[in-house]
Amino acid sequence: MSDPLATTALAVVHLAMLAGLAPAFSGVIRTAKARLQGRGGPPPLQPYFDLWKLLRKDTIVPAPASAIFRAAPGVYAATAAAAALIVPFLWLPAPLAPWADALVLVALLALGRFALALAGLDTGSSFAGMGASREVAVASLIEPALLLAIFAVGIASGGTDIGATSAWLLEEPARSISIGQLLAFAALAVVVVAETGRVPVDNPDTHLELTMIHEGMVLEYAGRDLGIVQWATQLKQVTLIALLIALFVPAGIGSVLPIAVLAVVAKLAVAAGALALIESTNAKLRILRLPELLGAAGALAALAVAAAVVIR
Amino acid sequence: MPDVALSGRVDALAALFAILIVAVSIPVTLYALGHGRHGPTFRGSAVLYGLFVLSMLGVVVAGDAFTFLLAWETMTLASFGLVLSDHRRDEVREAAWAYLVMTHTATAALIVAFIFLAAPSGSLAFADWRPGDLTGGLADLVFVLGLVGFGTKAGIVPLHVWLPRAHPLAPSHVSALMSGLMIKLGIYGLLRLGFEWLGPGPAWWGSLVIALGAASAVLGVLYALMQHDLKRLLAFHSVENIGIILLGLGVALVARTLDAAAVVTLGLSAALFHTVNHATFKALLFLGAGAVDSAAGTRDLEHLGGLARRMPVTAATFLVGSAAISALPPLNGFASEWLTFQSLLALGASAAPAALSLVPLLAGGALALTGALAVACFVKAFGVTFLALPRGRGAALAVEAGWPERAAMITLALACVVLGLAAGPVSAALGTLVSPSTVAPRWEIAGAGAVAGHLGVPVLAAAIVVLLFVVVGVARIVGPVRARLSETWVCGVALQPVHQYTSTAFAKPIRLMFGGIVRPVREIELVHRAGTRSVEVVRYRAHIAPIYERYIYRAVTERLVAVSHVVRRAQNGSLQLYLAYLIGALLLGVVVAR
Repeated sequence: MSDPLATTALAVVHLAMLAGLAPAFSGVIRTAKARLQGRGGPPPLQPYFDLWKLLRKDTIVPAPASAIFRAAPGVYAATAAAAALIVPFLWLPAPLAPWADALVLVALLALGRFALALAGLDTGSSFAGMGASREVAVASLIEPALLLAIFAVGIASGGTDIGATSAWLLEEPARSISIGQLLAFAALAVVVVAETGRVPVDNPDTHLELTMIHEGMVLEYAGRDLGIVQWATQLKQVTLIALLIALFVPAGIGSVLPIAVLAVVAKLAVAAGALALIESTNAKLRILRLPELLGAAGALAALAVAAAVVIR
Repeated sequence: MPDVALSGRVDALAALFAILIVAVSIPVTLYALGHGRHGPTFRGSAVLYGLFVLSMLGVVVAGDAFTFLLAWETMTLASFGLVLSDHRRDEVREAAWAYLVMTHTATAALIVAFIFLAAPSGSLAFADWRPGDLTGGLADLVFVLGLVGFGTKAGIVPLHVWLPRAHPLAPSHVSALMSGLMIKLGIYGLLRLGFEWLGPGPAWWGSLVIALGAASAVLGVLYALMQHDLKRLLAFHSVENIGIILLGLGVALVARTLDAAAVVTLGLSAALFHTVNHATFKALLFLGAGAVDSAAGTRDLEHLGGLARRMPVTAATFLVGSAAISALPPLNGFASEWLTFQSLLALGASAAPAALSLVPLLAGGALALTGALAVACFVKAFGVTFLALPRGRGAALAVEAGWPERAAMITLALACVVLGLAAGPVSAALGTLVSPSTVAPRWEIAGAGAVAGHLGVPVLAAAIVVLLFVVVGVARIVGPVRARLSETWVCGVALQPVHQYTSTAFAKPIRLMFGGIVRPVREIELVHRAGTRSVEVVRYRAHIAPIYERYIYRAVTERLVAVSHVVRRAQNGSLQLYLAYLIGALLLGVVVAR
């Protein structure tokens, strides 16, 4: 990174792409899900209209809340954006990659969660407190699996740098189907479903306070602050899918631009279809059943680590 | 009898700990002076307090085993006296006794270890001890004795039980020093033992340390989550953080056995950096808890709340400490946990047998679990204490701490930020202290060996701040909107403090998910109105039964009590019988010595 100006310009383009694409990705999932269930559903671009409307509405602050409540959406969005800058998308390396690796991405997600969970408690509402409590509990099941998967990939590919792993796979695409990579992929896929708050862990479409996790935590947000939280959640979702792509199926990253764009759009479409299919064919699990699902992800990740060590 | 004159020696490691002790003691003492205005406890114990700080310095600059043990014991006794500050309460006396008994048992182990270490050279001076002097089973024995002796002081599970009892009951400035500094001297002892007094040992030494570290980290934070006394919660976090330090230390020990110099340096820099960082944020958090305690008159989370408005400086600094201990970027706790992760990965990827590689790698999973649970715990600790509405009268009427207390907390909070930003140069310098190597200090920190990641905290911090402005800027451009106040939605009634989520409720999902470990017990008692079936009162009690107390300590104490019953038969108070014992012992002595 010899030229800070070029890096900054690339960072702006990279972030604009991901943040611009994020609502569409959510919209496609929603539409695909509706079609699978035999409904018409909203148009795929609906999330843009929702965000536009929310961002232009007054924000409402609960009376007991402190400055934490006001600051949290910004912090959450900033961490999602910083995480987006760590993951390669169309080219290598990602803008923040020289200073941040996969472990930093995990820590950034934790910082965003910390801010929003505190904001939930700051409202005094028992629904928001319940959501915050569940969010941090589920996260404690997610993180070991996430980290072990990163370790498994790291041992095989030579480090926790996401771009380096992509480069290692691009060099020899057959590496993608090694047993360690496949196990780690399975673990990380479960983790991504859980971390993005989707069925069977959480339901992003629910409107019943008692069943909500993430949505319950941000229940008191309205107007612009809610818009920021929603956009950041969408950005986080697309970032995590991009992480899966970069760590397991990077083909296309760093090619000539049209091919790179085509490859990434195709992979995102497959991911959206898969998420819609999972959501349509599964029911949300009871929260106390989650340790089984995420424990299985953790066990897969531990097996991936063992495979990476033994086969090394 | 070797020479027992007191002697001192300061090398790089001793200097680091001495600087750390002084640097943390200064703001803590400033806080204590400010705090002392409110009550007589500080003035009464000022001599012990000074002796305590001096004896900690004595431990690190001691040049021989005798001086070391003298300072070590002085430190224990001074802190015992300080824990007893509030000695009129039964629970304080009980906790202080538990502390005294456990640390003395540990010191006995240390004395034996020192005798073995001193035997080959016949000298008590550390400088005369050669790493190769002890080998095989004897080295193993000394290592285990040292691990028990230093580990009890450090608070390694399952030798930690004194820690969460004694620390919360001491005055807060004493808790800050005990948690921030004193338990670190156990780590200091382990560093001396593992890297200076003993030669490279078998790989199980380090692997055992890694496993104990992982267990301490996970159990420490799990039990912390179950607490609702703010200072007891923090005390359990000390157990957790000692566990994290042990992970780096264990990595360095195994790497020393494998002769992987780069991984040794990485593990030691992770362990030492986390030692320094934990001293800053734990001291800060204990001072904050003390400020809350004296302002609200309670440290029970269920009676706190809303203090951010009444104590803004305490709240802001406690927030910094909470983020740092939860390993959130860009603060110091994050940087040292990142290094710990890298050291575990580096050892796992080094050319070791597969079984040896799996220990550090799975410990990485345990560390990730610890990090996520720490976030949960400090969302609870900070959120329930400082946010929303006060749950009790004391919290509703609290006033901000005085300027010396605030100055102390601000200093320590700034230290957390600066140590985070300067993670590169600081950790590089720390890594070279114990095993010298030539690592050029850089702003970026990196892993080692075949695998590597990298972290540039200043750039990361700048990116987060810039992105924060970008988010706010974009939102401003899209819609210039206002914020207005409204009530919180609680199904149509006005929000009361009792509607808020409590500390116990917040931890409930985790209590149930990890029920196999924390063993929650709930008792529901229905009291009926006399002669009728109508329920008058429902009493609900919930508590947790710690596994180590049930399976280890109760078993040990029961046997000890049984043995003492047997021994008591010899102690019947008859003078003649005692004289007979004396004569018997004398005769036996003569026979043996002949």
